[in-house]
Amino acid sequence: MLHAVLPYVLCILIFAIGLYAIAVKKNLVKVIIGVMLIDTAVNLFLVLIGYRVPLRGAAIAPIITPQMGSSRQAVSELLGNAVDPLPQALVLTSIVIGLSVTALMVVMALRLHQKYGTFDLTQITKLKG
Amino acid sequence: MRGMTLIVKTITALLIGFILLFGFCVVLTGHLTPGGGFAGGVILAAALLLVVLAFGADALKERLGHNLAVVWESLGAIGFLAVGALGFIAGTFFAHFFAPKTGFVLFAAGSIPYLNVAVGLKVGAGLFGAFLMLAAFRETERAGREEGD
Amino acid sequence: MQQLLPLLVVIPLGAAFLIPMVGLLGGKKEWRISEAIALLATVALVLVSIGTFFCPSAAVWIGGYQGRSELLGLVGSGSAVEVPNPGSAPQRGVPVQEVVPGSVAATAGLRAGDVVVGWRRGSDTEMRPVQSVNELRRQNATLEPGEQLVVRVLRDGQQRDLSAAAGKSVTGIAMFGDGLTRLLVLMISVVSFAAVLFSLSYMSDYTMLALYYCPLMLMIAGMNGIVVSGDLFNIYVFVEVAAMASYALVGFGVESEELEASFKYLVLSAVASGFILLGIGIIYSLRGTLNLAQIADYARAAQPNNALWLAVAFFVAGFGLKAAMVPFHAWLPDAHPSAPAPVSAMLSGLLIKASGVYVLARLVFNVLGVSLAVAHVLMAMGALSMVVGVFLAVGQWDFKRLLAYHSISQMGYVVLALGVGAEVLAKGPAGIPAWKTVGFLAIAAGLFHLVNHAAFKSLLFLSSGSVVYRTGTRDLKKLGGMGQKMPLTSFFARIGALSISGVPPFNGFFSKLLIVIAVVWAGHWLLGALTVFVSFMTLLSFAKVQRYLIDGDPPASLSGVRESPLPMQVAMGILAAACIGLGVLLPLHMSGLLAPAAQSLFDQLAGYTKAVFGG
Repeated sequence: MLHAVLPYVLCILIFAIGLYAIAVKKNLVKVIIGVMLIDTAVNLFLVLIGYRVPLRGAAIAPIITPQMGSSRQAVSELLGNAVDPLPQALVLTSIVIGLSVTALMVVMALRLHQKYGTFDLTQITKLKG
Repeated sequence: MRGMTLIVKTITALLIGFILLFGFCVVLTGHLTPGGGFAGGVILAAALLLVVLAFGADALKERLGHNLAVVWESLGAIGFLAVGALGFIAGTFFAHFFAPKTGFVLFAAGSIPYLNVAVGLKVGAGLFGAFLMLAAFRETERAGREEGD
Repeated sequence: MQQLLPLLVVIPLGAAFLIPMVGLLGGKKEWRISEAIALLATVALVLVSIGTFFCPSAAVWIGGYQGRSELLGLVGSGSAVEVPNPGSAPQRGVPVQEVVPGSVAATAGLRAGDVVVGWRRGSDTEMRPVQSVNELRRQNATLEPGEQLVVRVLRDGQQRDLSAAAGKSVTGIAMFGDGLTRLLVLMISVVSFAAVLFSLSYMSDYTMLALYYCPLMLMIAGMNGIVVSGDLFNIYVFVEVAAMASYALVGFGVESEELEASFKYLVLSAVASGFILLGIGIIYSLRGTLNLAQIADYARAAQPNNALWLAVAFFVAGFGLKAAMVPFHAWLPDAHPSAPAPVSAMLSGLLIKASGVYVLARLVFNVLGVSLAVAHVLMAMGALSMVVGVFLAVGQWDFKRLLAYHSISQMGYVVLALGVGAEVLAKGPAGIPAWKTVGFLAIAAGLFHLVNHAAFKSLLFLSSGSVVYRTGTRDLKKLGGMGQKMPLTSFFARIGALSISGVPPFNGFFSKLLIVIAVVWAGHWLLGALTVFVSFMTLLSFAKVQRYLIDGDPPASLSGVRESPLPMQVAMGILAAACIGLGVLLPLHMSGLLAPAAQSLFDQLAGYTKAVFGG
């Protein structure tokens, strides 16, 4: 049973490392990497929940090829062995969103470096109270 | 930004057509093969990035500059919304207004290929514009440092 | 309604993408055309939102089927387990825990306690062993019309074959509008119209205006999309669209303080989005669908298991951060003051409501079902936010930062009211005798305060922007005597301050009164007293604001200050009229605006699925 849970444990581990980086690290770039790690962990989780135990043989990607033909038998075979395609679409959207957030963060970090001259978070504290 | 050496420039000039063609192919057959709008758009953006890196942003400022990115990005988004609004002809929002044919032909799947093209244009231009924004930083930084010395 | 709901998203998105192309023209012409496009878009949105009041509630299915869902409706353990069978060899099967009433499995005759050991399609000859509930779901989803799915179940030691004939399950993405949607869409349209009108003169100091109006339109599109969406992942995408537009807008004038605030806001909000997506993943893996109405169908039948509680916890954390509830409020006092004033008005007045409180309310009441644990958490967060927000606000000397802390406090009011309503509805007849009335009143009071807060907080932020535009400072110690120098602005600011303090006849008084009545009637005397105390502290804080901002004599440094331009006055006038109108005309709009909105939350799961699928 452990081998079924292990990928999820890896997922939580990456999430925890990302959270640690955001909470503890003082360098702006390391915080950005922490946010990217969190996005990666969540995308990994979404892909993992799409796995379906195949009826016979190995799990295949849910793609219809021309060689498959369009008989009910072939569709049944595909359905029996294929993994769920919906989480893959969700992950695609989520990757795009993560990319935009990362790009925005990088631009902001560059501008902050222009203004403050440093990437150190402890010195970028003009707002208080 | 300066360009790179002569070897890089020659190879880029030879390869750029193929990379763009591959990108368009991935975008257009998005309903048949894995890929589609976003993945094809990223390939297109990478191709344009390659050109800017190899030849230098200064040399290409008029033809491959910020204006191009903004215009194509907006056109892609408006195209997406237009396809959605045209769906009202067939009933609801985003309905297929061409009858969806089945099979493995290029014009199957209703309005999805047009959506793929719109998204591919938008993503390609958008990523390229984002890269130009980032590249502009190094320009101002370097200019600032040279001035300070 | 079918045509109006997509228009709410398409109009601002179209404007958002026309504006950058216009921005390429450069110079004065760029400003005027992009301002005109933005203004036209917001006017069109106000008209469309008023139009939604004349259409019945309906759902729009994009790319899918309309009509009643044909869910399999089985809730069982994920995969097959060994089941002891007295009298013969043990078999592998999936034990059924719950069956959704009215679904395919229920009409086939499956009951809780059965064990599904095999299945076959109508034309197959032999039974296949069943591996998991998901497999049955897949088979159900692909049945031809008229074909049968035969399942073999083990019931009381006997095997029997039950046959189910299903239609196709829902495959589209839903957009849905009901009373709550109409109220929020009207609120979003009016406040964004006022903000765009205000920006016409406020942003004249800035360059690159196309870069300002484009994210503004995107934020409006995102918020409208959140409110009309009927699909869980669609809500997440629109939350992200609105949030990303707001990150860009908070750092718009690229000074060092604004960038720092924007970066902090970005990182915290990205973590919250990660939590939300984790919650969505857990719900999808448990229920097999992302459609809100179908998840509500399952929630009607099944008791939540531990994984679902984890998903609810993730949602409360993620959306609580978007709504600036107290353990997660750290980004708001930096982000909201740093933005330009019309953007602050929209962030504080709309974004924390649409992407925070609204989604939390929709999920807790309509999709996942109320329960005592969640209600208590909401009440605790609300009470904590109220108290912490107002105590931190009283000592502030920066006008916009003070307003931002008060946003936290007032959102605490709304979440407290919704939490009390949820608790009363969760206890049901076992609680107080008048539980239906109290529940409805609490929900209605919370929603009324939501709308009121949008009106008066935006008004206050816009007046602060007007003061900053003319004097260049927002430090209360340096300001004074605006009543003499800027009479109209201080008049509107006074209306806003009196509204938020809860002085009759303005709108804040009525909504706070209703909240206190509902909380006390539900039996929480201490919370009611706390609410009144926090209201008193709010009054104290705004008395200080009025003393230092409006009354008194202007200092010598501000002698040359004039009144602000006309578009700003008109924008503030619209919101002030809304403040007065919502308060004084309460008996008139109560049944048209508030009651349907509260009803759609009060009807909880059954009402929501009925409204989406049509009974």
